[in-house]
Amino acid sequence: MSEAAARRANTEPRWLRLALTAVGLGFLFFFLAMPLAAVFSQAFAGGWNAYLEGLRHPDTLSAVWLTVFIAVVVLPFNVAFGVAASWAIAKFDFRGKSLLITLIDLPFAISPVVAGLVFLLIFGAQGLFGPWLGEHDIKIVFALPGMVIVTLFITFPFVARELIPLMQAQGKDEEEAAVSLGASGWQMFFRVTLPNIRWGLLYGVILANARAMGEFGAVSVVSGHIRGETNTLPLHVEIVYNEYNAIGAFAAASVLALLALVTLAAKALVEWKIRQETAMRQADLPPDESSPRS
Amino acid sequence: MKRALPGFGLSLGFTLVYLSLLVLLPLSGLVFKSSALDLGQFWDIATGERALASYRVSFGASLLAAAINAFFGLIVAWVLVRYPFPGRRFVDSLVDLPFALPTAVAGITLATLYADTGWIGRQLEPLGLKVAFTPLGIVVALTFIGLPFVVRTLQPVIEDIEPEVEEAAATLGATRWQTFRRVLLPGIFPALLTGFTLAFSRAIGEYGSVIFIAGNMPLISEITPLLIISKLEQYDVIGATALACVMLFISFALLLAVNGLQWWAANRHHGKERTSL
Repeated sequence: MSEAAARRANTEPRWLRLALTAVGLGFLFFFLAMPLAAVFSQAFAGGWNAYLEGLRHPDTLSAVWLTVFIAVVVLPFNVAFGVAASWAIAKFDFRGKSLLITLIDLPFAISPVVAGLVFLLIFGAQGLFGPWLGEHDIKIVFALPGMVIVTLFITFPFVARELIPLMQAQGKDEEEAAVSLGASGWQMFFRVTLPNIRWGLLYGVILANARAMGEFGAVSVVSGHIRGETNTLPLHVEIVYNEYNAIGAFAAASVLALLALVTLAAKALVEWKIRQETAMRQADLPPDESSPRS
Repeated sequence: MKRALPGFGLSLGFTLVYLSLLVLLPLSGLVFKSSALDLGQFWDIATGERALASYRVSFGASLLAAAINAFFGLIVAWVLVRYPFPGRRFVDSLVDLPFALPTAVAGITLATLYADTGWIGRQLEPLGLKVAFTPLGIVVALTFIGLPFVVRTLQPVIEDIEPEVEEAAATLGATRWQTFRRVLLPGIFPALLTGFTLAFSRAIGEYGSVIFIAGNMPLISEITPLLIISKLEQYDVIGATALACVMLFISFALLLAVNGLQWWAANRHHGKERTSL
């Protein structure tokens, strides 16, 4: 078979290609593009001033601040856990490894509502530690600490899930070389491992951040819903929307939609960076291995 | 001589302590709390009229949404991998929007779009089709939430199809449809099923995007996570816990199913490589 005929055999007729493209893009238009456009169109439905008024409301501002605060507290923990877990899982063999990986996936499988409830049952007034916490006047649930803990739970898999396959693919030759040349454990980590995984790490942090800032169900269960105090931006959107203040709700929502767009752009950028580095590594390797040094 | 890498004890120890505090301890709290119920009470709550209706709504809507996503997701993944068109990169990154957009934002936006006065609802109203505040609205929200799963699990698999396979089928006289049906589809089917299951399991637990568009009528358009919330709001912690146990059990079952499917997909692949050698 000629080259052109083979290529033709490997694809669909032109009309079918066009039809499938139209169906696929039409589906994405209705389910992705229209909602995205609607957020901003609704936010600006009352004009620029009404939009700014919604944004400048003290409750909105305090919700923004709380959302950022929670993310800033949670992300370093995610990074530490992600790096530790993926180091153990990717570079060593031990029993129960697949169970550990399944356990890390758990927050993705559990309903956010159940995740919130679980912490309510531990730290709530009728919960396991409830009486003790009450005696010592420590408030976790319906207050900031509970919201931070729940967000930690919801977001801990993200960094680990990016790093495990990356570290597995990179193998352990470079680290072993560093150690045999006399590097200490931390020297090896900061000079060899960290530079190798930095883009994957950043990728995981971007995803974890989007989830931390956007989480609704789980945080809603343990938040006290006190305006200006324990309302994150997503919770604030709900309250304002239920008060039939559509412009205010969509003004706050537009901030979150913007965050989503920034997340997607950053994600695409990091993906491109990762592809580039993988390509460079692959281009580097064969000559090193095949050509004998003279 | 190669030396063992350092840090195994430290990293695994930290991981285990972290997971114990954040996952095992809270889950044991759930088991502890539900042990206050005897089996009969638990059964009564878990199979109450409202609970059964909520399972029906949750399962029905999630299945339908996952099926819609499997069908259109296959087309979208195929188009994105195989057909070059202007703006493909942009469309490709947009597919992850449901992962990045907070669910509350998705919820109020879809409710607005599909309400009688919304861009889409306005077009559907003359046709007698009501989406917002009906079970159909739940399907729309869950379709949005699950959209990336099928596309993202299929894309790498479609990229990995070797052209020789299709060429061979064509050379042997298969029509394009036969090639797809008999050669390509069996190869991508495990991934399709994995994506379907992932979308389904995400949909079962989804809360934020659904509650705004569902109407939340008990027995008709009330999903199980919402029933848990309303039990909590009535200070019925025990009832909420019982339902949470049911949902947790379903989540575990689905997690195992996904792991099994991925194992199946991986092993098929290895099997193929072994026979080709």
